[in-house]
Amino acid sequence: MLAAALCAAARGADVYEAMTAGAKKGLLVLWSVLPSLLVIFPAIRLLRASGLPELLGSALRPAFSCLGVPEETGLLMLLRPLSGSGALAAASELMRRYGPDSLVGRTAAVMLGSSETSFYVLAVYFSAAGARDDGRALPAALLADLTCFLASAWICRILWG
Amino acid sequence: MDFAIISIYFISILAVLLRGGVAEAGAAVTEGTLDALRFAPQLAAALCLWSAVAELLERGGAAAGLSRLMTGPLRRLFPRGARDGETLSALSENLGANMLGLGNAATPAGIRAARGLVRLGARAELNTLVVLNSASVQLLPTTAASLRASLGSASPFDITPAVWVSSALALLVGLIAVRALNGGGS
Repeated sequence: MLAAALCAAARGADVYEAMTAGAKKGLLVLWSVLPSLLVIFPAIRLLRASGLPELLGSALRPAFSCLGVPEETGLLMLLRPLSGSGALAAASELMRRYGPDSLVGRTAAVMLGSSETSFYVLAVYFSAAGARDDGRALPAALLADLTCFLASAWICRILWG
Repeated sequence: MDFAIISIYFISILAVLLRGGVAEAGAAVTEGTLDALRFAPQLAAALCLWSAVAELLERGGAAAGLSRLMTGPLRRLFPRGARDGETLSALSENLGANMLGLGNAATPAGIRAARGLVRLGARAELNTLVVLNSASVQLLPTTAASLRASLGSASPFDITPAVWVSSALALLVGLIAVRALNGGGS
């Protein structure tokens, strides 16, 4: 942080103004994800109270354990390409429940940090460029997401498992 | 996106009502909402701190420096787009900002690059740009680390090397896939 401040000051930037502008961007991020937190946290509580995860878990556990991915991250992986704030809420719920330094918590953080909201990116770029999606970018982007999830789970298991 | 969340919500509510009744469903919703509200100030603190650092990095010229470094690889990925100076600089600005996690700076540059590619008739390269943006390597995973910091992690940034490896693999697979789908060469 000090290095960043010194570097900015050396280039003649107003450090105080830059930091307050940055903090404002942080608040804007919070503002944009808070509604998702308020919907997804209760939804996850309900989901856990419903007993469905146990049911689904016992059905899907062989597949997840075969791939080496923690089954707790299922919801996060489902939401990640669809909704940035939804994925952030799901990942923070996992980190809250299991702890940020647990294997599940770290896996969630790495999955979140190394992927993007692919559907959103596609929509923004194709509509801004005025081009029609020719059906080639989406499969490639989703394949990249899948790679990211598997790689995240494996690396975390190697490093912290 | 909303469809996935809402279906989870309704299916769960039905299941809870069937199992435990209204009281249990009400308790789950109340507790979950309180969790979210308790979490918000912690998250705000971490997000503001790291957004401030990111802003300093941007104004300190880190994004511009990275952009210059990326020009070489970009010439290979976007052979047609790179012939146009304006498009090349938008591409490198987009990639540099993405690598620093500066979404606000990356998107406008990316859109300029996308329009440039369309103007140049490089349709296949537009697909490459989209994949590059949906699977880009982030040098400092500030959002994920902010979340960990706000929840009391001992060293929030220790996931960084794992993020590099995982996002680099994803990017590699994405670029190979889009190249194959685009039909080899171009």
